[in-house]
Amino acid sequence: MIELANVQKAFGANRVLQGVNLTIPKGTSMVIIGGSGTGKSVLLKCILGLVRHDAGSITLDGQDVTTAPRDAFLARFGMLFQGGALFDSLTVWENVAFRLLRGAGRLPQEEARAIALEKLRRVGLQPRVADLLPAELSGGMQKRVGLARAIAAQPEIIFFDEPTTGLDPIMAGVINDLIREIVVEMGATAMTITHDMTSVRAIADNVAMLHDGLIRWTGPVGSLDSADDPYVQQFIHGRATGPIAAVR
Amino acid sequence: MTAAGGLALIGRPVLAALAALGRIALYAGQTLLAALRPPFYWREFRMALLQVGWLSLPVVGLTALFTGGALALQIYAGGQRFSAEAVVPQIVAIGMVRELGPVLVGLMIAARVTSSIAAEIATMKVTEQIDALVTLSTNPMQYLTVPRVLAGLFCVPVLVAIGDIIGIMGGFLVGTGQLGFNRATYIQNTVDFLEAPDIVSSLVKGAVFGVIATLIGCYHGMQSGRGAQGVGAATKTGVAAAAVLILAANFILTSVMFGQ
Repeated sequence: MIELANVQKAFGANRVLQGVNLTIPKGTSMVIIGGSGTGKSVLLKCILGLVRHDAGSITLDGQDVTTAPRDAFLARFGMLFQGGALFDSLTVWENVAFRLLRGAGRLPQEEARAIALEKLRRVGLQPRVADLLPAELSGGMQKRVGLARAIAAQPEIIFFDEPTTGLDPIMAGVINDLIREIVVEMGATAMTITHDMTSVRAIADNVAMLHDGLIRWTGPVGSLDSADDPYVQQFIHGRATGPIAAVR
Repeated sequence: MTAAGGLALIGRPVLAALAALGRIALYAGQTLLAALRPPFYWREFRMALLQVGWLSLPVVGLTALFTGGALALQIYAGGQRFSAEAVVPQIVAIGMVRELGPVLVGLMIAARVTSSIAAEIATMKVTEQIDALVTLSTNPMQYLTVPRVLAGLFCVPVLVAIGDIIGIMGGFLVGTGQLGFNRATYIQNTVDFLEAPDIVSSLVKGAVFGVIATLIGCYHGMQSGRGAQGVGAATKTGVAAAAVLILAANFILTSVMFGQ
């Protein structure tokens, strides 16, 4: 279980997170929604330790993430980055098998390649793409390779940062279905950042809305439409008028 | 403008430069610590050897060749004023080995390697590849910086040695082809005049300049701002800083090794 208590983060005078409280139970899929620039990615990076929060606490199964042994802590995570973040100089299969080829539990190359090919198949990519470079793939394929890399080492917790941004609706649907299938199949805890409401309904067990550095609303995805919070209603219906300023 | 305002105008950039030097020194210390800890990424090291060493050979060779030739012409023209034309082989040799070889190779490496390292790492940062490395339990310092800096440490002295030889060869070609020097005498004078400390100083300078060029490229790449502008600024600042630091280091090393 991931627990955030009064998490705060500022960049200079810009207070991005102003006291976030959130609990993500083990084995569930939490989707964080909110407008652009509301600190969703910062929140995710704070959990991973990529950005150090200024105040509050973040715990994973009761252990403070800032004091947990770093390698063991990160070994529990997989992450799909918004742009894929594939390593340009490595082939597709080397990207997928990156973690498998390094560190204490490194596998022989043939074994790692076999796992990479299996993960590529799992995300709907054929073996022939394995030896291509990321630059030779389309945006949707890069996203799927990123997804294959995120799940390659069978992590307990998977983060998805804007998994469908920049994709056409069909490819976005494919990615949403894949994420849902993989999370259910692996029994992983998932945390997704998105402002794509189709993704929210496809991926989420629970939803939390981040606005002005605070969690404004959280609850099961089934109660999202009936939420009585005007911020949530404006956001999920994409209205230009309401409590959330359109010009920020 | 008041006197205090004028002093502040000078003081601010000086303080900023000193702060930057301090951060670079800290980064160098972190690199050293990372180099002493496992794992060591051999594949990245081999790739860096190729990039820093092998692929820099053409630019280093051509620069040294033309500089050696020009140096021979200048020394001959200057030497004529004192009837000292005969010292061309000796001065070309000492000039190339002690100063021009290491400095020109260092500056060429700053232009070619520092820029490419800074741009590559800055792009990786902008596209979240550095964050991805961290989430994949890989220390970016060990994966990106250590292999490149070690490649600079080992490759650039070799490039300097090659540059020295090609530069002397440039002087030889001009001296024997255009200035009428006897081939055997030219080579004999060159070999007789050079001493071991000259060659050692050249290689030491190469190693120091190699570390500076690669370390500064990595540092500015890692410090890059956002977007294309951030990558451009990291590259530009990296090359300028590496060039200035190489020239400053050259002065210090020359003072230490040859100062009276």
